[in-house]
Amino acid sequence: MRLAALRALVVAALLALSGAAFAVQPDEVLADPALEARARALSAELRCMVCQNQSIDDSDASLARDLRVLVRERIAAGDTDEQVLAYIVARYGEFVLLKPRFSLRNALLWGTPAVLLVIGGVVLVVSTRRRERPAGQVLNAEEKDALAKVLDGEG
Amino acid sequence: MVEIGHFALVLAFALALVQSTIPFLGAVSGNDRLMAVGGPVTVTGFALTALSFVALTQAYVVSDFSVANVWENSHSLKPMIYKISGVWGNHEGSMLLWVLILTFFGALVAAFGRNLPATLRANVLAVQGLIGAAFLLFILVTSNPFARMVPAPIEGRDLNPVLQDVGLAIHPPLLYLGYVGFSVCFSFAVAALIDGRIDAAWARWVRPWTLAAWVFLTGGIAMGSYWAYYELGWGGFWFWDPVENASFMPWLAGTALLHSAIVMEKRSALKIWTLLLAILTFSLSLLGTFLVRSGVLTSVHAFATDPSRGVFILAILTFFIGGSLALFAWRSNALTPGGVFQPISREGALVLNNLFLTTATATVFVGTLYPLFIEAFAGDKISVGAPFFDMTFGALMVPLLAMVPFGPLLAWKRADLYAAAQRLFAAFGGALLAVLAVLVVVDGASVAAALGIGLAVWLVLGALTDLALRSGIGSVGPAVALRRLAGLPRSTYGTALAHLGLGLTVLGIVGVTSFQGERIVAMRQGDTTELAGYTLRFEGMRTVKGPNFTEDQGIFALGTAAGRDLGEIVSAKRLYPARQMPTTEAGIRTFGASQLYVSLGDLTSDGGIVVRIWWKPMVTLIWGGALVMMAGGVVSLLDRRLRVGAPAARKRRDKVAAAGAPS
Repeated sequence: MRLAALRALVVAALLALSGAAFAVQPDEVLADPALEARARALSAELRCMVCQNQSIDDSDASLARDLRVLVRERIAAGDTDEQVLAYIVARYGEFVLLKPRFSLRNALLWGTPAVLLVIGGVVLVVSTRRRERPAGQVLNAEEKDALAKVLDGEG
Repeated sequence: MVEIGHFALVLAFALALVQSTIPFLGAVSGNDRLMAVGGPVTVTGFALTALSFVALTQAYVVSDFSVANVWENSHSLKPMIYKISGVWGNHEGSMLLWVLILTFFGALVAAFGRNLPATLRANVLAVQGLIGAAFLLFILVTSNPFARMVPAPIEGRDLNPVLQDVGLAIHPPLLYLGYVGFSVCFSFAVAALIDGRIDAAWARWVRPWTLAAWVFLTGGIAMGSYWAYYELGWGGFWFWDPVENASFMPWLAGTALLHSAIVMEKRSALKIWTLLLAILTFSLSLLGTFLVRSGVLTSVHAFATDPSRGVFILAILTFFIGGSLALFAWRSNALTPGGVFQPISREGALVLNNLFLTTATATVFVGTLYPLFIEAFAGDKISVGAPFFDMTFGALMVPLLAMVPFGPLLAWKRADLYAAAQRLFAAFGGALLAVLAVLVVVDGASVAAALGIGLAVWLVLGALTDLALRSGIGSVGPAVALRRLAGLPRSTYGTALAHLGLGLTVLGIVGVTSFQGERIVAMRQGDTTELAGYTLRFEGMRTVKGPNFTEDQGIFALGTAAGRDLGEIVSAKRLYPARQMPTTEAGIRTFGASQLYVSLGDLTSDGGIVVRIWWKPMVTLIWGGALVMMAGGVVSLLDRRLRVGAPAARKRRDKVAAAGAPS
């Protein structure tokens, strides 16, 4: 239900904005397939600012269309992928990036998986070490003597 | 009838209060008669909640628009199935369904838990009652579905058209059965902490409940994914939407719980960790409820504008999560750690599985909540979307998936990794062959895509290897092997099926993301376009009237590039006049595991229409794999040693039958 309700909201918001329409329109598509593929890949990383968690590649909103056209203009002008992203971020802020940049502010976001994996690994190693000890206890001198006596007696 | 429903709900709340206190007091003081109150009260509470749910459903069935909830979400012309599923197609009704399932599970524990230690049973029912009381109060105070309107409107406002689909009939109930199923594990965990001990009965009970909840949640998520795929009209199957993540986190944690519960049941190790996971899994279910119900996801500020519901759920959340974790911190020392094992062993493999799954859960958790965190503390807005999750979650899943086939081949306590690797030689060869085949056969296939397919094949063959080794195929005669295969315990089949299903899902995901074909064209009547060896000719539009909508259908003649006729594909756009909302009804044709997906767009100025066509190779395996995983869970549940309580029930029935008809 939750899923559905939010999806419904998303769709409703979209439709209210633009009427039923499509994400990428035929007239937007660049002639060169290599450049178009780059444009699509970049579009998937840029947020439609008026939508809920949709990339401009998926969105029907008119703002998303403007951004898609802008991305294609920059690519056609010869920008690299990084330059296009930098251009868009300079105008719309970091909010537009669906994959936040590596920065101090986002350290916790990007660091969590690696840090947890390392901490978890260390805890595991330490706890297995600790657990192994009682199983592999070393005999004290008295016990060693007793053992030697038993073995000698039998041998 | 409506007032009866409302009254029954109030009464259910009162009973939930009794359920949460009396059995607990009995358990503390060792009073059997107080503890015995739990059972009947729980069952009655369920009956009352069910009555309340029936009352609301009846209001929907007869379109009683004097009830505000019915007026907001129903329409007299709506087909009956959507009138009924519309009961939970809104906030109030879905919360009622949530509580109904909660009380249902409580009643199941009461009915089948007679062989549990009395104090454990009493405490479990008390915790279950406390959760029920909290949510019943939430419904009664902030989300009453029975509120009346005077004067009653003539016609309803109709259900959101996107929700008028069989998906709504199946998806939420399955999802809730999963979410709420974990509440039983939670109650058992808290009861064990109160008791200060975990015994064999505890472990034998928690695993089947986890398994059952997991099966439902898997089904719910898969159904939601397929629903979004065909209904939203752009053919995506997973969006890493916060709402999706809210259901995915309990699934990941639940999967970890499933695996650690095996260790606990078989080897009585990892007790404390399993208990913590049980608490965390249900906590994540509650968190999901909070995230979705409070509106906090859109913005922290949206939360502040209408805080009554959000604050209430936040209070429930804080109480249960904080309370259970505090209890854990306080009491977990009283529990004795269990069996010892070497790092290279089945236990070790399952621990590694838990490490990766909990890290993945935490990654999704942080990713989902980070924008809120930044907005609240730095006042900035950032987005965390699909590209982030694909990258981080993907990086965590690859090593985990690569390790999966080893797990079932390792022995308990101490295992030989080298021997296991040798046995997987054939599976590894098969996977390698698949990688090479993809690189050679598919034009322009990337190395990553080929490796992804190889990983999926590795999982599938690895699962089959497990079955082959256990039945001795290759080393004994086929007749013996077949007999042994038939005699394998069901839990072995369950494991193999679940891992096989996982492999199929991975195959579908890699297939469709790497090899999908797309065409966006403006077509006029008679135009033909081609994709992936199929041709589509646009035959024109026709208008069809449905019960509460009108539909513009685009008709396409489908054929192969060689000229064979394959009939037609109909893709449509609907308009629901009651809400003035359009929906897309994509035209989908399945070929084997792959699908051709046709979706209509806007009319163009020259009399054509924009058409989007996708070739989605192996896409149905994504959900087919989930079905196989569910089948694995069900088969595992049928394993003889898990059917606790069933023989006892039969004995009782026999006794009643022997004593003649009840007086």
